[in-house]
Amino acid sequence: MTPVSLAAPSEHLLRELTPQVLGAVIRRFRDFAAAEDAVQEALLAAAVQWPEEGMPGNPHGWLIQVASRRMTDHLRKDRARRRRETAVAAELDQLAPAVDRENENGHDDTLILLFMCCHPALTPSSAIALTLRAVAGLTTAEIAHAFLVPEATMAQRISRAKQSIKASGVPFRLPTHQERTERLRTVLHVLYLIFNEGYTSSAGPELQRCELSLEAIRLTRAMHNLLPDDSEVTGLLALMLLTDARRTARTARGGELIPLTRQDRTLWDQRRISEGVALLTAALSMGSIGAYQLQAAVAAVHDEAAKVEDTDWPQILALYDLLKRMSGNPMVVLNHAIAVGMVHGPSAGLELLDALDADGRLRGHHRLDAVRAHLLEMAGDHRAAIAHYGIAAGRTTSLPEQNYLLTQAARLKESLPRDID
Amino acid sequence: MRFVLRLPNEGARKSANQKEQKIMKYILMMNPSKANMNCDPIGAWPKKDIQAHINFMIGLNKELRGSGEFVSADGLAGPEQAKLVRAGKDGTPITDGVFPESKEFLAGYWIVDVESPERAYAVAARASAAPGPGGAPLNMAIEVRQIMGGPPEEFV
Repeated sequence: MTPVSLAAPSEHLLRELTPQVLGAVIRRFRDFAAAEDAVQEALLAAAVQWPEEGMPGNPHGWLIQVASRRMTDHLRKDRARRRRETAVAAELDQLAPAVDRENENGHDDTLILLFMCCHPALTPSSAIALTLRAVAGLTTAEIAHAFLVPEATMAQRISRAKQSIKASGVPFRLPTHQERTERLRTVLHVLYLIFNEGYTSSAGPELQRCELSLEAIRLTRAMHNLLPDDSEVTGLLALMLLTDARRTARTARGGELIPLTRQDRTLWDQRRISEGVALLTAALSMGSIGAYQLQAAVAAVHDEAAKVEDTDWPQILALYDLLKRMSGNPMVVLNHAIAVGMVHGPSAGLELLDALDADGRLRGHHRLDAVRAHLLEMAGDHRAAIAHYGIAAGRTTSLPEQNYLLTQAARLKESLPRDID
Repeated sequence: MRFVLRLPNEGARKSANQKEQKIMKYILMMNPSKANMNCDPIGAWPKKDIQAHINFMIGLNKELRGSGEFVSADGLAGPEQAKLVRAGKDGTPITDGVFPESKEFLAGYWIVDVESPERAYAVAARASAAPGPGGAPLNMAIEVRQIMGGPPEEFV
């Protein structure tokens, strides 16, 4: 599909309207692929007509109408062809019930579309691709570029995802109250993965991928506008903003990674931080606490320390205590050990790491060695720290992290007294 | 500021356990050395066996494109044409031949974008079972290595 280019304000509006229009057309005609083509044609028509004839009074309704007309044309042709072949006479009205009037603002349609794209039958990578395509309105080429795969591969992934949804037979409507919690969790997880994919790769030669984080923030913000009372949606948006606030401080000019403890905190985006803190405060007052809110709270505590020495580690420890009770995730246990090390001293943290060794789920994981090296360095055992930085460097699959770990080992080696040869 | 926290509920506990999943790229390398393959080199096979082998490889690539996992795949020119290159004093290249009979050499590779290491192993196993002389599976060893990516989150 060709991206439609327009003057900036209408382009912004079109991006916001696209998922709503697509949602409405799918709801009416129940065919994902055909609806997408029809909406694309409507967008193209808008790009040609609006600059000449002016923006219609109700752009949302205009687009739905044009897209529906295209759909109807296609169906009619299709039906005529089929009638010639098999003489099946299905009434067009039956195929295309009227657009639901109570849904005029289109917001529910965006939400339904998001629920469809984050369908539990899809693998995470398919759900991510489909969400970026159908809800965020990125082109297949843009998505392929962001994930560093050929465009044909991404096109195939998206088309398979659509087929899976069609095959699942799940109707295009808001999930029932029962399904909703489960489905919402999947949607949030997909948004979280999109954010992470952008944020964690925003180092080195892949700087352009931070667009993915911004896209995730945009979608989560839209989700928050639709469900303002959901504490985990609010918590996730807060977590993204509070994390993204540190983006520019996170990489050096050459693309090297700068860990939290060494970042230039004046580069942190204070607007993002205050928005994140406000959202988090609101989320925490809504009732039940979830993992996104707790992670956001950890991020907020870091963000609020003007100097690294000011970090409120006891509060971070308390937050990780809660997270640990909520989840058996060994990464949380590992972060908890770091917090213990910062509050009660490195040997207390190292003791917890021994327990993680025995647990086995993190055996051979580079992060366990990296944390051990860090705590050993804090404890003054530089030789052992060098050894563990080295092991961690050999085990990580992240290039910037490997560079960082190797540099840490080299830095400590230089501080050692010279061996007598 | 201090955040006032209430105890988490059951649903929140579940969502905290969601598995972290990242899409991973792997390179699958084919090293058809003598030690790795219990048969003659492909050049010595009958024509129909070579053809069957090539068709299998084309089919495998098509399959990977169809599943949305294909990143790239290439075969490399034979080791007879390979050169070892070093920079000379002024940076000019000094080339030397390679001695294929004494070394492992890379004949071709696939790069795939998959959801788990297990899936990469499954693709490698398919490639390993490519037909050899007489159509019997070669069962050659395929080296699977993860391609390094960006840093993970919550970097310490």
